[in-house]
Amino acid sequence: MVKLRRTMMYVTGNNPANIMDAHLYGSDSIMFDLEDSVSIKEKDAARFLVYNALTTMDYGDTETVVRINGLDTPFGRDDLEAMVRAQPNVIRLPKTETPEDVLEVERIIQEIEEKVGIEVGTTKMMAAIEGPLGAMNAYEIAKSSKRLIGIAIGAEDFVTSIKTTRSSEGIEILAARSQIVLAARAAGIYALDTVFSDINDDEGFINETKLIKQLGFDGKSVIHPRQVSLAHEVYTPTDKEIKNALRVLDAIEEAERSGSGVIALDGKMIDGPIVDRAYRVLELAKATGVYREEDQNE
Amino acid sequence: MNKNGVGREIPAYIEGVGELKAYESPFSIIPEGNKVGPKLKRPLPHKNKLVDSLEEAVKAVGLKDGMTISFHHHFRSGDYIVNMVLDVIAHLGIKNIKVAASSLSTCHGPLIEHIKNGVITGIETSGLRDPLGTAISEGILKKPVIIRSHGGRARAVESGELKIDVAFLGAPASDEYGNANGFSGPSACGSLGYALVDANYADHVVLITDNLVEYPCLPASINQTQVDYIVEVESIGDPKGIVSGAIRSTTNPKDLLIAENALKVIMASGYFKNGFSYQTGAAGASLAVTSLMKEKMIEQNIKGSFGLGGITAQLVDLLEEGLMEGLFDTQCFDLVAAESLGKNPKHFEVDAGFYANPHNAGCAVNKLDIVLLGALEIDTDFNVNVISGSDGVISQASGGHSDTAAGANISIILAPLIRGRIPIVVDKVTTVVTPGETIDVVVTDYGIAVNPLRKDLIERFKKENLKIYTIEELQKIAENITGKPDTIEFGDRIVGVVQYRDGSVIDVIRQVK
Repeated sequence: MVKLRRTMMYVTGNNPANIMDAHLYGSDSIMFDLEDSVSIKEKDAARFLVYNALTTMDYGDTETVVRINGLDTPFGRDDLEAMVRAQPNVIRLPKTETPEDVLEVERIIQEIEEKVGIEVGTTKMMAAIEGPLGAMNAYEIAKSSKRLIGIAIGAEDFVTSIKTTRSSEGIEILAARSQIVLAARAAGIYALDTVFSDINDDEGFINETKLIKQLGFDGKSVIHPRQVSLAHEVYTPTDKEIKNALRVLDAIEEAERSGSGVIALDGKMIDGPIVDRAYRVLELAKATGVYREEDQNE
Repeated sequence: MNKNGVGREIPAYIEGVGELKAYESPFSIIPEGNKVGPKLKRPLPHKNKLVDSLEEAVKAVGLKDGMTISFHHHFRSGDYIVNMVLDVIAHLGIKNIKVAASSLSTCHGPLIEHIKNGVITGIETSGLRDPLGTAISEGILKKPVIIRSHGGRARAVESGELKIDVAFLGAPASDEYGNANGFSGPSACGSLGYALVDANYADHVVLITDNLVEYPCLPASINQTQVDYIVEVESIGDPKGIVSGAIRSTTNPKDLLIAENALKVIMASGYFKNGFSYQTGAAGASLAVTSLMKEKMIEQNIKGSFGLGGITAQLVDLLEEGLMEGLFDTQCFDLVAAESLGKNPKHFEVDAGFYANPHNAGCAVNKLDIVLLGALEIDTDFNVNVISGSDGVISQASGGHSDTAAGANISIILAPLIRGRIPIVVDKVTTVVTPGETIDVVVTDYGIAVNPLRKDLIERFKKENLKIYTIEELQKIAENITGKPDTIEFGDRIVGVVQYRDGSVIDVIRQVK
């Protein structure tokens, strides 16, 4: 089954109540933050708390991600020491500018893995691209390490660096978003979009999610539980899409049975990409509960 | 000591209380005899019922040592009446009074002094809050308090088990001859549902108002045939503590999560259909359920029959949108509800006996389909505690919990699985208020559990793909996070007797160490 990453919910690393409950809100991933949402004097507390949560709590099927502080801060190295031991599903690097940034973190991760007896390569990574240099290097970053499961765009720092501000239409980050989707797809990893900060603007959030879905992103970063279901709704296939996907798969089955080489549906040829899309639609439909295997037999 | 129907040791007799009948099962008691009647009186024509002071009223009704006085709790934590009346009684040197309030709140701390001075020697109530609850739990009162549900209190009054000598009833609007309502004036509280029982059955009734209006005060909830004296005072309560403004739907993610889970339960229960009836409290999650449910009612073109109980703006909204046929209101939780009661005839004021007395010819909870309730603790037998905190101290109220749970087709508990680091699912609740037999579903942020007695619901939920846990599984999830709390240590002395709605004893509360 395809791993869904429609939503990655940010959870401040030094908030015990939120860390305890974060997985209840249904996001595909939860990201415990040790970086920007944690003040300097709380860095140690957050690191300990997240370490203990990861080693004692049962987060079920929810993917766990930890955003560490950069290696250029006094906290990055300690964060890695703790998090490689705690083994979240993914360690997220902030403000990635070059492939070397990834490789440097990877080198330290490997060192720790070897030191504590974790199989080398177990610890997965993702990289957040938050500036123009990172955007220009997106593809090089995306293919820099086998550990990378995805790249994400962080828009707040990005717009400042390119001397503009965020707009509701998001025109200013269109180029960077496109660059990141292309890089991720070329490298065969996931592309994740930035946060939408106004938690009371449901309409704005939905519009932005529709946009990034159309651009090709696998999912969106969310900062509040209420955004989770809104995003999932956008990513939920419509009845029409599900029916169409099922017809595509039926046509393939039929063609295989009859030994026909060319597969057609409604007079159009069905090829690899169409089949892949049909599978993805059904995976999303199953994950969102709008389609069950047994429904097919009705 | 005998074990009752929920496995609690109940003494056969307590000094100062008398013989106790142990609880067996929700409907095991078949009452005998008749309701009691109000006292016959002969007021001469044109008698002036308006007296100059509370002191004068207390003297006029002949209040003496050893009598029982009653109060309603419609002013909640904004109430001035209880303290005002007891100060006068203490000043007059009257002792050994039993206070039978429909409930007591945080503002009633001054009662502690009156207990110490021997003015108050008995308390019967639905609830007690800090600091009075703590003082009672520490053993300040010699006789145990009697805790009754709202329906249970109406039953006790109407059957004569609780005889009220004088009811002191705050009235937001009254005329000089005793016609009064609760929905107008600066201290408006809306329904006077709990006061109506006392007005009907007390030997003497004194109304206390800060809003004396021209005769006749109409419409009137309490009427002149019931009232002996009226006293005008400057203020009967703090509006801020009486009702809130329009309580807004919660934005708390956890409440919303619980509400969404509860909505799934309601939708899958089979009771969500045309003509359904519904009751909920005023807690964040419950309010959110009502708002979410409204969308589903519109979507599926479903119209309910009645909303019951404590009425909120959310239920008024359903009424005004034509989604509910009517509202039965014993108590308003916000200003919107209080205003609606005054103007909409389909928003109908009912007394506590109509609401929930199990021993009349048919109370409203008997017609209830869905009720959403809270819990301080729930045990693996589904027994619920809503009265004593995790420290064993009496801190909340029985309310209509056991009444509605017994009456409704589906009773749903809404609670976070862990509250303040303590799991709400426990092996044995500290105090049983509502028997597990009458609780059907527990909805938490972590998941849903169904009482195994409700095989029909389990089947339905499975068919609807609703994930359900056993109550033991929920307990385990919580304890995996928090660990198992130590049991509370109590002394031997009984400080509270918790009645089930039928008057049998479902549990006792012991002194905290």
